[in-house]
Amino acid sequence: MLDADIQLRLSRLNLDAAFTVASGEVLALLGPNGSGKSTTLRALVGLLPLAGGRVVLDGTVLEDPARKVKVPPEGRPISLMFQDYLLFPHLSAVENVAFGLRAKGTDKKTAREKALQTMARLGLDGLGEAKPGSMSGGQQQRVAMARALVTDPKLLLLDEPLAALDVSTKTDVRRLLREVLRRSEAANVLVTHDLLDAVALGDRMVVIEDGGIVQTGTPAEVTAQPRSRYVADLVGVNLLRGTAQGTVLELDDGGQLVLGQPATGPALAVVAPAAVSVSRQRPEGQAPNTWPGQIRAVDLMGDRVRVRMEGKPAITGEVPPAAVDELKLDSGGELWAHVDPAAITVYPP
Amino acid sequence: MREKRLERPRFGTSRSATVGGGSGRRRAGFLAVAGAGAVALALAACSSSGTTSSSGGSSSSAKLSGTLVVFAATSLTDAFDKIGAEFHQANPGVTVKFNYNGSSSLATSINQGAPADVFASAAPANMKTVTDAGNAADTPKTFASNQGEIMVEKGNPDHITSVSQLANPAVKVVVCAPEVPCGAVATAIFKNADVTVKPVSQETNVGGVVTKVTLGEADAGIVYVTDVKANASKATGVPIPANENDTTEYPIAEIKGAPNANAATAFISFVLGSQGQQVLASFGFMPPG
Amino acid sequence: MDQEKQPFNPLLAGLAALAALFFVFPMIGLVTGAPWGRMTSVITSKSSLDALGLSIAASLASTVIALLFGFPLAWLLARTSFRGKGVVRGLTTLPMVLPPVVGGIALLLAYGRRGIIGEPLDKATGITLPFTLAGVIVAESFVAMPFFVITVESGLRSMNRRLEDAARSLGARRWTVFRRVTLPLIWPSLAAGTVLTWARALGEFGATITFAGNLPGVTQTMPLAIYISQSSGRMDEAIALSLVLVVVSLVVMIFRRRLAGGD
Repeated sequence: MLDADIQLRLSRLNLDAAFTVASGEVLALLGPNGSGKSTTLRALVGLLPLAGGRVVLDGTVLEDPARKVKVPPEGRPISLMFQDYLLFPHLSAVENVAFGLRAKGTDKKTAREKALQTMARLGLDGLGEAKPGSMSGGQQQRVAMARALVTDPKLLLLDEPLAALDVSTKTDVRRLLREVLRRSEAANVLVTHDLLDAVALGDRMVVIEDGGIVQTGTPAEVTAQPRSRYVADLVGVNLLRGTAQGTVLELDDGGQLVLGQPATGPALAVVAPAAVSVSRQRPEGQAPNTWPGQIRAVDLMGDRVRVRMEGKPAITGEVPPAAVDELKLDSGGELWAHVDPAAITVYPP
Repeated sequence: MREKRLERPRFGTSRSATVGGGSGRRRAGFLAVAGAGAVALALAACSSSGTTSSSGGSSSSAKLSGTLVVFAATSLTDAFDKIGAEFHQANPGVTVKFNYNGSSSLATSINQGAPADVFASAAPANMKTVTDAGNAADTPKTFASNQGEIMVEKGNPDHITSVSQLANPAVKVVVCAPEVPCGAVATAIFKNADVTVKPVSQETNVGGVVTKVTLGEADAGIVYVTDVKANASKATGVPIPANENDTTEYPIAEIKGAPNANAATAFISFVLGSQGQQVLASFGFMPPG
Repeated sequence: MDQEKQPFNPLLAGLAALAALFFVFPMIGLVTGAPWGRMTSVITSKSSLDALGLSIAASLASTVIALLFGFPLAWLLARTSFRGKGVVRGLTTLPMVLPPVVGGIALLLAYGRRGIIGEPLDKATGITLPFTLAGVIVAESFVAMPFFVITVESGLRSMNRRLEDAARSLGARRWTVFRRVTLPLIWPSLAAGTVLTWARALGEFGATITFAGNLPGVTQTMPLAIYISQSSGRMDEAIALSLVLVVVSLVVMIFRRRLAGGD
């Protein structure tokens, strides 16, 4: 079980993040570039000293600046799988994998056997003597994984493990990683910028932005009720902030929406783009939640078209591809948006 | 020197005749000569290296010019620098350049074709290397002689008074390498004094010995009396009695095929003449024995 | 990795050929000018063997010194930052650009009998460096060590230091990281630096003759012996000894490529 309170003062960033991870659990750390996710991992493994806070793993204090305790990286039962793998280019694959074991004193023969076993488990049979330079990206990734796993760490850290892989390899490796993590008895922290990884592999999620945690929860909770623009964008929904008074939501950025259910106080509102209909003319009738805005962008997303528009509030709607011609969306101009009150999900921030 | 215009200048501008007259006209005149044709050039080139009658006196009717390259033994450095300056005063057209080094090294260079006009050696043996190889223009003449002396640190802190003391292993003695004249002198001195001296270093020229002693690295060194005199402020000399000492004769010769034979002859005459001899004596050299 | 063959560029080839010939002709000259008939007797004469022995002993000792002291210095320059680092680097690599004789004079003023360090050393222990083999080693180390420092520092800088992080994160203590990761990764520059240093020490002349002097059997290394022979007109001896030096150096140069894993 990992109990971490990470406080770092760096040139680009001040990081302040506290979280726990149970043994056998996978915590996904999600966030945009520069938010501090990889830095968190480096701090956990001991390569960056804490400015404040504490790191406790299975009851042992690994770092506590206030009490001047700092166990060096080589003394921590933690494995970090680096984003760029950092395989030793001058050693063969099996020597790479066996490195951690031999560094801790295991004899060469035993270490080699264990390494080969782990490699076989990850589908790397026969690649033992190959050097990293002669392997494909997917193979290198699995060697890096094997190297991190073979030492039976109490805490396994994975830094964007799938980022460097192409789409097809990614799917296969993601499946493999799921297997590996499911059977892992260690606490696991997975850093990613890909929501799919977090959802597929994580038991819980933590969203980090600008050096701070903005949201935690299960992947389902977080995606259903994003609490930051970043997650909302990842999930692909509209996120609006405002204050609710009964069935009226006064939006922070201007404008108001009529809600299906009453609510009170500060609130976040989520609207799926598919629930936003757009038209060139003002819709007939007095339907609520109808407002105009200038077209800002038109994005083709597979078999759907997303239309981003300015307005009070700015909103993204969705139309079938045929509508691009019909509505002459290419030429910009003004559009009218409409949202059914029932399609707005509201929750406290 | 005014140049005769062979024809109207073709490349110069007419205003060169009035402004900054000299160089402009000389350039135009030179260009005119060049333009006159290859034959004229060849004739001009030939005439500069032809032999003119050499007069024995210090002033000649034909003006000497060009560069004179003199290879001289290290021990001659100060004396020849002065002689060179006086020679230049008497012959302003000549620039004298000296190459000072151990005589053996200089002889080797000359035999390998170094472009020297004059060679002044600190011993006949090294001059013989040059004449044996057929590289002397005529018979070398002796112009000075020198004697050995022990050089010690200023004030003679180790109280060295005789050559035999140099045999003491505790005394660090530096000499020239055997093939260098001052090295041969040292060997002869030790033989005459009937002592076995183990030097700590054999320098390639006498300047190296002087350096080692004046810097305090060596306790004593065998140099020439002229070196002791030249370094009076930095070191002390211990004279060697005549029966132990060795004298070396300094021959001088013009090199065969010297690029500036005229100046070479004049320089040698100067060295052998009264002016040169006076300078040498002032630096402690003895007349040719 | 297969690479596209370079198209033939006559200008490039021509200039390269000239450059190569520039170095080849002097070697040819040495070989043709050598006194092949007398080679054995010249090379095995006492003075020649003395000079060769001194050269090898002194150059090897200087190389070891460069390794022992030069490596920490290179490490310091590559891995740490401190005030005046630029000055330190400048001073420790100065001998590379100084004429060796200047180095010799400076050494005398520092470590000679009346030198800043040499005088107290003499007074305290009676040890003086000039005119001894130790003096030769000092002179050679002075001019050769900078080559080692520069080469190794460059190697340390260009390696991926994050690999050391990876090793530490896998549980390796600092010495293990150095032994199994750092050292193998900088091995090529280490080997190159060592050979460069050794070669420079072997060929050193100006600083040696100025600081240590010239005495057959004590301080007369090969370059000094060759110079003395040459300047006394004993060209046969000079050429013969030169060839020996060339052969010894060539052997090590070739060996070095294989050692560093070059092609």
